[in-house]
Amino acid sequence: MTPWNRPVLARREWAAALGLLMLIGVLAPLLHVLLPEGAALRPSTYLVTLVGKILCYATVAVALDLIWGFAGILSLGHGLFFALGGYMFGMYLMRQIGRDGSYGADLPDFMVFLDWKTLPWFWQGSDQWWWAMLMVLLVPGLLALVFGWFMFRSRIKGVYLSIVTQALTYAAMLLFFRNETGFGGNNGFTDFKRMFDLPITSPGMRAGLLAASALWLFLAFVLCRHLVRSKFGRVLEAIRDAEARVMFLGYDPVPYKLVAWVISALLCAVAGALYVPQVGIINPGEMSPANSIEIAVWVAVGGRGTLIGPVIGAFLVNLAKSFFTQAFPQLWLFFLGGVFVLVTLALPGGVISLLKRRSADEASSGGGK
Amino acid sequence: MRRPRSGTGAQEGTLGEDLAQMCAGGVLAGLCGSALAFPAAELAPLAEDDPDAKSAVIARIAASGDANAVRILEALGDGRLYVDKGTAVFVEGDKAFAVDDGAPVKVPDGEAVVANNQLRSEVDTALSGLRLGDPDPAVRAAAAKALAEGADAAQRPAIEKALAAAPDDALRALLMRALARIDLQGDDPRARAEAARRLAESPDPQVKSLLSERLREESDADVRHALEQAIAAIDQRIARSEVFARVLTGISLGSVLLLAALGLAITYGVMGVINMAHGELLMIGAYATWLVQGLFRTHLPALQDWYLLAAVPVAFLVAALVGVVIERLVIRHLYGRALETLLATFGVSLMLAQGARTLFGAQNVELSNPSWLSGGLELSATLVLPWNRIGIVIFSLAVLALVALILVRTRLGLYVRAVTQNRRMASCVGVPTGRTDALAFALGSGIAGLGGVALSQFTNVGPDMGQAYIVDSFMVVVLGGVGQLAGTVIASFGLGIASKFLEGWTGAVIAKILVLVFIIVFIQRRPQGLFALKGRQVDA
Repeated sequence: MTPWNRPVLARREWAAALGLLMLIGVLAPLLHVLLPEGAALRPSTYLVTLVGKILCYATVAVALDLIWGFAGILSLGHGLFFALGGYMFGMYLMRQIGRDGSYGADLPDFMVFLDWKTLPWFWQGSDQWWWAMLMVLLVPGLLALVFGWFMFRSRIKGVYLSIVTQALTYAAMLLFFRNETGFGGNNGFTDFKRMFDLPITSPGMRAGLLAASALWLFLAFVLCRHLVRSKFGRVLEAIRDAEARVMFLGYDPVPYKLVAWVISALLCAVAGALYVPQVGIINPGEMSPANSIEIAVWVAVGGRGTLIGPVIGAFLVNLAKSFFTQAFPQLWLFFLGGVFVLVTLALPGGVISLLKRRSADEASSGGGK
Repeated sequence: MRRPRSGTGAQEGTLGEDLAQMCAGGVLAGLCGSALAFPAAELAPLAEDDPDAKSAVIARIAASGDANAVRILEALGDGRLYVDKGTAVFVEGDKAFAVDDGAPVKVPDGEAVVANNQLRSEVDTALSGLRLGDPDPAVRAAAAKALAEGADAAQRPAIEKALAAAPDDALRALLMRALARIDLQGDDPRARAEAARRLAESPDPQVKSLLSERLREESDADVRHALEQAIAAIDQRIARSEVFARVLTGISLGSVLLLAALGLAITYGVMGVINMAHGELLMIGAYATWLVQGLFRTHLPALQDWYLLAAVPVAFLVAALVGVVIERLVIRHLYGRALETLLATFGVSLMLAQGARTLFGAQNVELSNPSWLSGGLELSATLVLPWNRIGIVIFSLAVLALVALILVRTRLGLYVRAVTQNRRMASCVGVPTGRTDALAFALGSGIAGLGGVALSQFTNVGPDMGQAYIVDSFMVVVLGGVGQLAGTVIASFGLGIASKFLEGWTGAVIAKILVLVFIIVFIQRRPQGLFALKGRQVDA
């Protein structure tokens, strides 16, 4: 139960955070494009891709913090919106392959493999980038709207809601695993060649995607921060802390939760659309319940209800992940599991609570419901 | 199949009046002795090119009742029959015999009669008819089976005879089918319709294809009607037995779900915490079973078959112990913070799964089904209940009874129910809530361990098995509501049966998705599950 207007960071720290983001989102892409291959200061392709990926994750973490940290809704299915956004944009990337697939056909390879003769109806229009971008927003947004409306209307909350969101993403994963669903089944979409008719692996494209991911994180952060500092955000926090009292005061919690929920889903969807061209693959594994829970741990590690904390958390956990999976692959899950346990037990406010400006009493109440 | 036979004519003996008829039908050819000789001259067409004449010869041999008919036909099928200028000789091993009287002769050096595929299949059919009289039941059964696949009108008497003497239902069903097949091809429409009506009652699952095959060529309206009715009757019977089978597999799936969800319902009911590591407790139970099996294999090979019984208490204790450790180290510190508990226990589940991977390897381990659980109870030709499915239903009901007993009859059960209903009030009247929590958690975890024992007999035991069951168990708990066993029981059996029926119509994956969607919609109407505890709830 943090005071709504308590500053999370000092002015100097905000400046540092913004500077860091500029460094990642502006300077790094520029250096990657302008400097010749092998130059000491040129960020490697691996690094650019890794950081771009983590920026997308960080956006998802901010989106989850909006609903978990400020509305008390722990979604264990946010990976679904992320993956759906990725799939919607992936359809466009698949169409951009054109006849360069291994079968040299007009249809995407997996459809040729399934012996399909024509595009399914839901693939119509996916060769246009504007249509793909529209779908990136519409499909996850509508799903979130319908699902959220049903859930919030019947006042499902707490662990029940978490479990149901988990069931939702699990069901979607099973659906996308089927070949007949029309999204490439097990293998999903991969082997992308072009985006906007330009080669997708060129340094310019990578740098552009990195910059776009950084920009989207920045926009998402500013939007969420604006939301939670407005009157809307205060009602949201009140719903989190005592929904019944808010209702007695004459507020209907459903539209508040629903708006936050749909915005959160949309932020994830766009992040997913930015993620797919950078990693070059999207498959149903992204929808697995474990992936979605991992998002929650980024938020928890950073400190929920702070918006900046989840960004830090996403970077910390994912950098640790790339370190562990390369150096000690068998230890990674022990580490991740340990982080889950330790953060919830010993550091309920997340690493952000370690910053000096947090007073002791806030840290002790930071884990409240 | 085709054994070299000698001395078929040795069983001469008492022969009744119907000897001639039997011989004419080719039944019990051996019994007829060499009363009728088969003239070699009649085999002459075999050396020529007219296929119809060849078929006629085969039919005549089969109908002759000659002592050597089987041997001659076998020789023909195998290309060991030599026909030349009025003499006919068949070779067995390095000896040759004359067709007429079976007397040994010189091995011929000409070319044997070439049997093409069509000829060979005619020979096989004819042989099947003859072998129905064989003293060896296995040979008889094989012959009946061959006839059921394709019989010839000439063998009708032989089959009828064998049918009258058939000792068991399986043989009778085969012979009935063979007869009906002959009748269905016959010229008399009345006989065809009659055959169709007879077949409608046959328990044989393959009859249907026989009937629909005939229906395609049938022109007579009455017979068509009879065929259609017979097919409809069979369809109905198949549908009934399928429904029955689905209900039964659904019940056994429900038992698995019950075992997986029962412990979760207790811990969730008492403490209001979602234990994401519950699936891993199932895994621990299954691995404990595997370890017990290994111990039996090395130390008590004689009792190997009974390791499963010993695994039951071991799995319970191991899982309960792990559960207590989780409760004391993690969950106890997070009471009242349900969402954090969920995350922390998920972390525990990651570590447990990875621990199993490190200790036992990422591969699935192998568990053998004890012999007393393999095989099944045969209810009809189409319906077999595997013993291990029956076993899991009994086991889960026993566990359920045990849990119900603990909850209703013991002090711990009283405490558990009190804390489930109102933690603060229970604490006020002196219920030691902390200890109750720990014990309830141990009980729930132990039951998960028992679930692991049961699962080890059905599914792969590996580090990832816990993940596969956790969503399902949650669905049961969400559907059933907390605090009452009845909800859990009805939800698990309901879900089990429903998903088996859906699987039949839509396939397994879509069925699972439909069930999940159903639950999401269901809790719209009953947010507290099927059986909510009565009372008014306010935000804590």
